[in-house]
Amino acid sequence: MAVDVNSNKYTFIFATVMVIVVATLLALASESLKPMQKKNVANEKRQNILSSIGLEVSAADAETAYDENLVEALVIDANGQVVADPAVGAFDIDVLKDYKAGLSNIYKSNANDMEAMKAALLEFDNGKDKPKGVNYPMFVLNKNGENVYVVPVVGTGLWGPIWGYLTIASDGMTVVGAVFDHKSETPGLGAEINQASFQKPFEGKKIFDENGEYTGIKVMKGGAQGSQHGVDAISGGTITSNGVTEMIVRTLKIYEPYFLQLQGGGVEEVVDTMVDSVGLAMDSLNIEEVVDSLELSAE
Amino acid sequence: MSEVAVAEKVKEKSEPLFSKKNKALISNPLDDDNPITVQVLGICSALAITVQLKQAIVMSVSVMFVLAAGNVIVSLMRNMIPNRIRIIVQLVIVAALVILVDQVLKAYVYDVSKALSVFVGLIITNCIIMGRLEAFALGNKPWPAFLDGIGNALAYGGILVIVSFFRELLGSGKLWGYPVLGQKVGALLSDGTLATEATGLYALGYVDNGLMILPPMALITVGAIIWVQRARNTKLIEA
Repeated sequence: MAVDVNSNKYTFIFATVMVIVVATLLALASESLKPMQKKNVANEKRQNILSSIGLEVSAADAETAYDENLVEALVIDANGQVVADPAVGAFDIDVLKDYKAGLSNIYKSNANDMEAMKAALLEFDNGKDKPKGVNYPMFVLNKNGENVYVVPVVGTGLWGPIWGYLTIASDGMTVVGAVFDHKSETPGLGAEINQASFQKPFEGKKIFDENGEYTGIKVMKGGAQGSQHGVDAISGGTITSNGVTEMIVRTLKIYEPYFLQLQGGGVEEVVDTMVDSVGLAMDSLNIEEVVDSLELSAE
Repeated sequence: MSEVAVAEKVKEKSEPLFSKKNKALISNPLDDDNPITVQVLGICSALAITVQLKQAIVMSVSVMFVLAAGNVIVSLMRNMIPNRIRIIVQLVIVAALVILVDQVLKAYVYDVSKALSVFVGLIITNCIIMGRLEAFALGNKPWPAFLDGIGNALAYGGILVIVSFFRELLGSGKLWGYPVLGQKVGALLSDGTLATEATGLYALGYVDNGLMILPPMALITVGAIIWVQRARNTKLIEA
């Protein structure tokens, strides 16, 4: 060959050409495949939402099935109130991005004080420190004639983000179904959160205790032992399991006011005093309140 | 490199596609020259993805594609690649291939892409791939390089399958996700309810070995395979 492949000039030219060719190729592939990839992601989201209300559909049918079952897609603000005219639609809100922004905010504002950061993170995990100006989506779907409320949850596992959808029944406290998925949890251990054997036990659990106090649902080591608010953790996947607990407790806390309204607990204090003074059973009251609030929301 | 190229030119007679030498390119890595058990390469990914049989096979197929394609591309370019930047060139080729595969999978077979998830990154770092590109593809013609890629990927996949077979069977009592040893209490049944009674081996008091699903057991299993292999193939035993 006439060209000296080991000369400096050739090496530089080769490297430059190679980088340009490879970059062009990858950019072309990425751009031309992006619409299909986006569609796949959106359909998977619809599949997950439907799966959390107990409907398993294929990716191809996801869009029609979702449109059929959707009652309305709501946007909730940090105080649990419905936003009337949101800038971004519920389906397009990127909860993972908002979650990451909330976390990095805590890191930045407490960069010089470890103790303050720990305290702030704990507040954040407990759902007490809600980032301001962030909206949260909620999908109201129809399941056998009943309205159910699908809430997207995001959090942190062992190796990366975890996320899922939790569906609450129209009583505002019972879990109808749950699906979870993850980016890179350990196969066979933390990755099991996307298996039905982990998700199934969430059904029928309650996110409020019998006193009406918010509890969320905890993933517990050593078995939930019949608890209304806990499910079994995955052995060997403790950090992922803790991540699921944190994710559920923190996210549902944001929606707590909305669920209280559903329960008819929008006038919680009044109910409390009434129970105290009249001595009525909480349950019977609750039913009336639920009926009231259903009528209200129907209007 | 020039010596190798010269040596290659000397042998440049047409030989049948599956000559004895070419067949050895596939069969050698399977035993005498196994990348995992003899050369002890690619151990990291062998630990990470052998908890379940399915993932081990998906990983093996991906590695086979990347290794065969990478070998062929590097072999085609072997007379053009400047010697001083050859490693980085190989790295760029492998990385570009992996990203391309990932993008195509994401667009057309989203399910498979999800199953691969973290492994895509692991393919780039798999030292078997860089090792074969550097040691073989740079000095050989495309067809032998292709066979070498297939052979080494088969050998790598073979070990992965053996290790994951034992780890999934003994660790979680399943194969390919199916409970082959019987039903455990709390397992999900096909009708969507949770099992309340143990069946099969579990009814007799059998318990899964939790250690098998942890990474150390992959090393120990690989060690056991090396032991068996060297007991049968005595020429592998060093002094």
